[in-house]
Amino acid sequence: MSSFAEAWNLLISGDADTWSAIFTSLHVSLLATGIGALIGVPIGLLIGARSFKGKSVLTVFLHTLLSVPTVVVGLLLYLMFTRSGLLGGLDLLFTPALMVIGETILILPMMIVFTASAVSPLAAEVLETTASLGAGRLRSGWTLLDEARLGVLAAIVAGFGRAISEVGAAFMLGGNIRGHTRTMTTSIALETSKGEFGLGLALAFILMLIAFSINLVFYSLQQQSRTI
Amino acid sequence: MMDSPGRTDRLSGPIRSAGFQSRGAIQCIPILLVCTSFFTQTVAGETSVLRLATTTSVEHSGLLPYLLPEFEKKNGIKVHVIAVGTGKALKMGENGDVDALLVHAPDAERVFMSKGFGEKREEIMFNHFLIAGPDRDPGGIKKCKSAAQAMKRLADGLAAVISRGDDSGTHKKEQALWKSAGIKPQGEWYLEVGRGMGPALLMASEKGAYVLCDKGTFLSMKKRLELSICFEGGDSLLNVYSIISVNPKRHPRIRHGLARKIVQWMVSKEAQRSIGAFTVEGGTLFRPLRIQGKVK
Repeated sequence: MSSFAEAWNLLISGDADTWSAIFTSLHVSLLATGIGALIGVPIGLLIGARSFKGKSVLTVFLHTLLSVPTVVVGLLLYLMFTRSGLLGGLDLLFTPALMVIGETILILPMMIVFTASAVSPLAAEVLETTASLGAGRLRSGWTLLDEARLGVLAAIVAGFGRAISEVGAAFMLGGNIRGHTRTMTTSIALETSKGEFGLGLALAFILMLIAFSINLVFYSLQQQSRTI
Repeated sequence: MMDSPGRTDRLSGPIRSAGFQSRGAIQCIPILLVCTSFFTQTVAGETSVLRLATTTSVEHSGLLPYLLPEFEKKNGIKVHVIAVGTGKALKMGENGDVDALLVHAPDAERVFMSKGFGEKREEIMFNHFLIAGPDRDPGGIKKCKSAAQAMKRLADGLAAVISRGDDSGTHKKEQALWKSAGIKPQGEWYLEVGRGMGPALLMASEKGAYVLCDKGTFLSMKKRLELSICFEGGDSLLNVYSIISVNPKRHPRIRHGLARKIVQWMVSKEAQRSIGAFTVEGGTLFRPLRIQGKVK
């Protein structure tokens, strides 16, 4: 209960560290969700709609990627982006930009897999209809996506959920720099490691509150598209 | 050319797709806008930033948040602090991922310097390590006269001993202490947890175990721990912190000018006084090395 009050105080008092962590969390996870959706949804659509050689192998492979630990994604990118690494010249280590890249890679398999499973049961019927109407490939794909939009939106929501709740990659790639790359989750981990359990819990409340608001937006989008 | 009215009408019949184009566009635009605005912020270059890798003890105790604003204001820059164990901080310096280091493992630092990874190294402050444990002291550590004796008592295994096990400065110190006491720590009593100082202290507190700890972290977390100081003092438990600028010859792209500035500043009277004046709940956590005697 006191944590709940503390959460409220942190928000009301405009505590700079808390607000900056909120901003960084939203910034990184929304951007990763946006980029992830732009890449993942079309790929998921292709995989779900078409049948091709090696589709089952690819599907199993993508499902396996869902189990990749977040610290492993963090570690691989760290090794690539350290100054003595392959892409070290880009100077992206310990910046929000690299965190976005990390979270995007992390949620991409999820978006692809969920989009593919949303699309695939409808594919045969929808594509047959569009073909009979003489629609082109792009148009047919768009229509299929539109038919499966509830599932596709669920894929995007799930991706956002993983990005905003993730701590391993955010820690490694961002470095948990106060006022710069410190997110809600790395703050919670930090306060917990200092034994400030109350503050950790307060931050967790705030994170849930934010996730709730974002999901409310997604949900209303979903409802809206259901009624049209 | 695709959306001649006729075609749209025909399509909308069986599979309800009439609305998709306008809706798709409307939903995409704000998302794209948010993305682009975020992205410009993300990649906006930050030129006047110094990256300092340091140990958790100086950041989490509050010393750097207290000390650095002075330096930042004076030079009009921002210091990005990355708090990790000393072993990892040295590795970051070796790779050129940070510009300067504030660490506490003198032997490892000397190796770092001799390999040419660092340019300048200045010892700036010290305190002591201590052995914390349950107040009832089942291992009889409080009666010990020397660190070596305390380590031998710990190895009797009458209570658990938590080891950082993470190649941090404190872990390196612990290993050195075992070595100089002629002991190879092993057995059910010896728990290597591979975590930072804070978590290690919390675990020791929960389990009623002993743990080697730097005084700064111990004092700053004391009120949340059921641990007492069981052994402290003595030169064998000295804990010296140094600031190191990373060698620009190895990594030309590091912000060398700023790194040199922070090294100079840390040994200045101004910074040294501030270090000595920093207290947590009435206790001094770090003692400056460069103006000894001038500080009470």
